[in-house]
Amino acid sequence: MGSLATTWLTGPLGLGAADWLQLLLHFTLLSLLAVGGAITTAPDMQRFVVAERGWMSSADFTSSVALAQAAPGPNVLFVAVIGFNVGGLAGVVATMVGTLLPSTLLTLSVTRWGAKHSQARLLRAFNAGMAPLTLGLLLATGWVLLEPHVAGAPLTVALAAAATVAFIRWTRLSPLWAVLTGAVAGAAGWLD
Amino acid sequence: MNAGTDEPPALRTPASPGEMFRVFTRMALQGFGGVLPVTQRELVERQRWLSPQQFVEMLSLAQVLPGPNVVNLALMIGDRFFGTRGAAAAMAGLLAAPLVVVIALAVLALQLQAHPWAAGALKGMGVVSAGLVIATASKLAGSLRSNPLGLPLCVGAALLALAAIGVLRWPLVGVVLALGATSTALAWWKLGR
Repeated sequence: MGSLATTWLTGPLGLGAADWLQLLLHFTLLSLLAVGGAITTAPDMQRFVVAERGWMSSADFTSSVALAQAAPGPNVLFVAVIGFNVGGLAGVVATMVGTLLPSTLLTLSVTRWGAKHSQARLLRAFNAGMAPLTLGLLLATGWVLLEPHVAGAPLTVALAAAATVAFIRWTRLSPLWAVLTGAVAGAAGWLD
Repeated sequence: MNAGTDEPPALRTPASPGEMFRVFTRMALQGFGGVLPVTQRELVERQRWLSPQQFVEMLSLAQVLPGPNVVNLALMIGDRFFGTRGAAAAMAGLLAAPLVVVIALAVLALQLQAHPWAAGALKGMGVVSAGLVIATASKLAGSLRSNPLGLPLCVGAALLALAAIGVLRWPLVGVVLALGATSTALAWWKLGR
């Protein structure tokens, strides 16, 4: 019971002080780079927690994002699930504070400085200039999430992903139905 | 700043930060696959805290700023009515209840992960999640046709970002700073002509 409680509080990895600091600082940095929303920074989060630190597998990373998609609330909560799987509730605090604090302070400063400048040429140029980057980063995120599952059954996995895109583009139904269908198909072993 | 003729007759002011917290909590719990689609209906049509024009202006600024768009929007609306306390109430409303739900799901997933069907279900959800992100990208692709950069430059920048981050797995900092600065500078130049 004691070890289970520890897992929930600080995670299964026994992270040291330096690890906590790096976790917090990495997510703080990503906060200010998340111009197209938090999900565009997912490839770099994966690079950090999977490839660089080995804190979780790439399949677990994808599952963390998937759990957040299945739950109600802002998409940014996928960050909390990654934090939980790396460092328990302390990991949730480190990743969420890192992700939200810098962008929150910036948003409040800009709001008070004046939303009336929002049509200024520099802001329009920034908006236009970042749009294609956001598109590229979203595609990269899709690929990074898909990659751990491609090797087993490449054709079925590609078809399932394409069917999801079609479902979102051509129906008005909630994305939750797509997630639930995926869960059933996966549980039945169709993607193995 | 004058009220236009198409402005709804009676905008309302939220009574307290507590009311903001409750309204944002309700919106957050309705939002599967993102809360942004729910916000317009709730804030403009049901609560009438903002006119449609005010909503669009705030949303476009929230989308330009780094950070989760819907969190930025909540901060701006909270700040507009109650300053820092309002911003904190709106953001807490948006995040607190869904955070409890999602952590409970994560705990449940940890308990179940030994079962092959649970691992399979997570795999299926993961593949769909990737599809959802790609679908968001495909919606965004349509809007690039009206981008001042022009389509060829947009496609080039998107492919460079995809290759650098998705394939070469370079760190995001350098890619966003270098590619973002170049792309923004080009857009600045095109807008000035």
